[in-house]
Amino acid sequence: MSASDLVLHEEEHRRISDLAERLLHDANARYVSLIDRNGQPITSAGSLPDVDQTALASLAAGNVAATEGLARMIGEQSFSSLYHEGDSDHIYLSSVGRIGILMVAFDERSSLGLVRLRVRQISPDMEQVFDDMLARSRAGLADPAGTGAPFAEITDEDIDNLFGDGF
Amino acid sequence: MPFINYAHRELTCKLVYYGPGLGGKTTNLQWIYEKSAPDAKGKMVSLATETDRTLFFDLLPLSLGQIRGFKIRFQLYTVPGQIFYDASRRLIVKGADAVAFVADSQKARYDANIESLRNLEENLRQNGIDLQTIPYVLQLNKRDLPTALPREQLETALRFRGEPVFEAVAIQGIGVFETLKSLVKQTLARLRAGVPVG
Repeated sequence: MSASDLVLHEEEHRRISDLAERLLHDANARYVSLIDRNGQPITSAGSLPDVDQTALASLAAGNVAATEGLARMIGEQSFSSLYHEGDSDHIYLSSVGRIGILMVAFDERSSLGLVRLRVRQISPDMEQVFDDMLARSRAGLADPAGTGAPFAEITDEDIDNLFGDGF
Repeated sequence: MPFINYAHRELTCKLVYYGPGLGGKTTNLQWIYEKSAPDAKGKMVSLATETDRTLFFDLLPLSLGQIRGFKIRFQLYTVPGQIFYDASRRLIVKGADAVAFVADSQKARYDANIESLRNLEENLRQNGIDLQTIPYVLQLNKRDLPTALPREQLETALRFRGEPVFEAVAIQGIGVFETLKSLVKQTLARLRAGVPVG
């Protein structure tokens, strides 16, 4: 494991999942997802039936990245949030620190104003978790459960075995 | 950068297929999607124009089983090859863990390959990634076409670091999985060695 890897340990996962659950409840939303800026889903709360979470996360990250590109073109550092309004379902996207994106999907049981307010209230706590996560990744600390860096011990055979039945 | 999730015991890496327009990047992903076991693949996302040209990116999530109790996942992205989508390409290579350069073997696309390779180097550099060291594969696609240049000529122009080279006919699946396997092996070997990408 290198210092540039993004590592999510149990403790930060629990903290960030609790925050996502709280936001889901407080904003009366259908679904809350935390994504890293490269499009990796980190955690989520609530559900969107039959929606592929990986695809959703990559599209959200692409959406935010493209919008930041637009911002820079007109001299802004970034646009901190994005809102997509549908007939009945809507999506609100907001940056969380340097590496995170918060996505909230909601319907008529909530409102943009409430979602925006709750996101603003909870964002500092989420940023703190990301900061802790980055600090721990940079420090290159081993798994607190004591299993150590799991990929230092993998063998060529382990890697070859990945290309089994699925291929 | 690889994302290691201890809570879910998952490793996720990002592989990017790069190259000139109409070179076969999306075709590589479509073949992998069609031939992978249903439980190994996620939903394939293609953001394409009405004429099936890639507009922003294609994404194919793949699960390759487990190593040491960790689920190994890869997210395969393509970039739009057309020259004027450069800003999009720069966004997509951000955080890449490995790159496959899909070259079009046809004589008429010789210059486009070279330009795209230069563009890859620049876009990686702007994201803090060094093309000389990131896990990397050169795929020479469209080997079946009568207008294809000799392999040696393409290697002379496009191969620069002793990287693995695979001849491919992506539309028939030739060379597609070899390219993917090489990317995966290099990525995991690098992770094992603890070498940062950027």
